[in-house]
Amino acid sequence: MKEERRIVVTGMGVVSPVGSTVESAWDNLLAGRSGIRRIGKFAEREYRCQIGGEVSGLDMDKYVSPKDQQRLDPFCHYALAAAQQAMDSAGLQPGTDIPPERIGALVSSGIGGLQTCTLQSQRLENLGQRMVSPLTVPQIIANMAAGHIAIRFHLQGPNFGLVSACATGLHAIGEAAWIIRRGDADAMLAGGAENSVIALAQAAFGAMRALTGSHNDDPEHASRPFDATRDGFVPGSGAGVLLLEELTHARRRGATILAEVSGYGATCDAHHITAPIEDGSGAARAIQVALNHAGLSPEAIGYVNAHGTSTPLNDLVETRALKLALGEHAYHTAISSTKSMTGHMLGAAGGFESVVCILALRNGVAPGTMNLATPDPNCDLDYLPNAARELPDLRHALKLNMGFGGHNAAVVFSRFED
Amino acid sequence: MADIQNITETVKAIIVKQLAVNADQVTPEARFIEDLNADSLDTVELVMEFEETFDLRISDDVVENMLTVGAAIDYIAKKLDEKAAAENKEA
Repeated sequence: MKEERRIVVTGMGVVSPVGSTVESAWDNLLAGRSGIRRIGKFAEREYRCQIGGEVSGLDMDKYVSPKDQQRLDPFCHYALAAAQQAMDSAGLQPGTDIPPERIGALVSSGIGGLQTCTLQSQRLENLGQRMVSPLTVPQIIANMAAGHIAIRFHLQGPNFGLVSACATGLHAIGEAAWIIRRGDADAMLAGGAENSVIALAQAAFGAMRALTGSHNDDPEHASRPFDATRDGFVPGSGAGVLLLEELTHARRRGATILAEVSGYGATCDAHHITAPIEDGSGAARAIQVALNHAGLSPEAIGYVNAHGTSTPLNDLVETRALKLALGEHAYHTAISSTKSMTGHMLGAAGGFESVVCILALRNGVAPGTMNLATPDPNCDLDYLPNAARELPDLRHALKLNMGFGGHNAAVVFSRFED
Repeated sequence: MADIQNITETVKAIIVKQLAVNADQVTPEARFIEDLNADSLDTVELVMEFEETFDLRISDDVVENMLTVGAAIDYIAKKLDEKAAAENKEA
């Protein structure tokens, strides 16, 4: 049998409400600083939820040409910025270090260019069909993040978007790793990007009662995963992109190996359009598949970066899923939700939070779950309440995301060892 | 007669903004595609912007032949003159 190809992470980039460089985002997460702010335009119009995590500290001119700043929907700007950071940190030059056809991109969005969709719908209504922009379609379609990344870096390998709502970014990373594993590419940019904090999304998620409406005057304490008083998520915008590379390829060019992608699982609840199956069995199976691929027992997992959206149902079901998949060890592993600080970056969440897992492995410390003031008797695991924790022996970190549609994704990242 | 200088300045400003080019590149001889790096989608957007700004309708077959900045300015000036003449007649 052919020896299995190993997949490692050699680069990463982020755009987020807590900073738009890996270093600044990490510093803020460890310090427990929230990126959630009051949004004036939502407050004026008395939206149910008037807060959000807008992108912070993004030097757009560094990543996107003046023309593309006008021609692209913001979710593609965020994708390009995170991808550029990932390429820069990996030091990989397509065409020199790797043939263009051996590197691809699977960077996607949960929704796509919703802001463009809104704007052009208004033009159609107010000005007529002649005044709808010819760029409408390429700005809206969710696969364009990957398309623009390919054009920018001249990547001619496998390239597409995949969509699974809030699990998009993590499915993208898992699938991209498997593309490399099966031999179709030697490197892939993978992750997600989302422009979430926009009027239509705010109104629509608000109508579902999926957003918190109780903390409009206290935005930094609004996202409180696993807390008994949690009552909805807070939208956040941004992107998270990894550069995945086949191990021998990374070694040959002397790349710094940040972590290994050791397991990936994808499942569906097949239950309800938005509510996760209540026993957590769907997400639990995704974790089990990922552990199986990694050849690890539950006890190996030292940190879980939870989906942890701060909705009453998600955090309860996710807790059940972790107990189902990890058994008694669920009580002993460190778990945290960085959405307590970033808000919910939807399709970008899996990308950004994978970066958090890798940084936790590299630094032996995990950010805490902020705003966890009132324990919920049904959420009784160790969520690292309100402070980062040193985890010096951390070797394997689990990332879990769950999306509307019942989509579950789990990825195990491991400290790289020969 | 249309105010050519005013039209020229407005057209140039639109092109500079839409195509993200420097003002000194936008000469009357400059070709949208070859010299100003526009693609076919850009040219449609530009025409939309001209239509909105000058309150004109520019038909697709005209757009196909509007290859340079100068051609766009001349066409817009001509259309504005026609429009003014029609309005005078009505008055």
